[in-house]
Amino acid sequence: MEDKYLQDISDIKNMMNKSSQFISLSGLGGILAGVYALIGAYIGYELIQNNDNRIITLESTTFKWILLTALLILVLSIGTAFLLTIRKAKKEQETIWNSTSKRLLINFLIPLVTGGVFCLLLLRHQVYGLIGPVTLIFYGLACVNASKYTLRDVRYLGITIIILGLLSTEFSGYALEFWALGFGVCHIIYGSMMYFKYDRN
Amino acid sequence: MKNIIQNINKAFDHRIRLGIMSVLMVNESADFSTLKELLGVTDGNLASHTKALEQENYIAIEKQFIGKKPNTSYKATKDGRMAFQDHISALEKLIQKR
Repeated sequence: MEDKYLQDISDIKNMMNKSSQFISLSGLGGILAGVYALIGAYIGYELIQNNDNRIITLESTTFKWILLTALLILVLSIGTAFLLTIRKAKKEQETIWNSTSKRLLINFLIPLVTGGVFCLLLLRHQVYGLIGPVTLIFYGLACVNASKYTLRDVRYLGITIIILGLLSTEFSGYALEFWALGFGVCHIIYGSMMYFKYDRN
Repeated sequence: MKNIIQNINKAFDHRIRLGIMSVLMVNESADFSTLKELLGVTDGNLASHTKALEQENYIAIEKQFIGKKPNTSYKATKDGRMAFQDHISALEKLIQKR
């Protein structure tokens, strides 16, 4: 009889977690996104070094290359994370498009899209110096906001990235370095933690 | 000991009803298909258990149309939340006793 009670308690706990959190997020996806970001940051660094003029304007080819690199990294990261998450969901027999993943996505996108629009407006008003910090801060907020609906580790990733974003606002000369640290190194560290904690079994 | 046993609620003494209540405790509401998927049960089975819980006034059923599709969603009532909380406490106490 006591086994039944124990079983009941664990059933309740499982069902509460399963119905409120999307747990199939792939740690490997995070690691790869971090690697892409580091490669992107390196390409960006080289592009800036090889720029003939000291100042990079919106019209310059260097700026267009930087933008293209950033877009490519973004698409690659999202694509990889998406594919690996689908694969993990299949393995854990969780459907990919359910109420928890919808909630996760919406709550992730609200701060993220706000940040994206904010960056576009900054570009329009030629406040280039703040773009790096702003992408970090809003991405961090998006992670914190989404973390209620998925693995707890995402929360700590978000907080770390917000702190880096604030620091990089203060030390604006090192925007690229902070950016690489946030999107590259943090993703790799937290991605590995998640990978070893949940994925490897 | 006797008091604790009394708090074990017969209405929740079934895997599916226990599951339905667990889902509704942590979610504002859940629709029929979500519950079905989470619990891995058939339509008829789920319907009979939700009906049983509704009769106890532990959950509220809301029917509406999303476009042309009928949609049924479920919510835990205040009574249901309290009763389930008591049930969980009773289970925990029973386990600690040993």
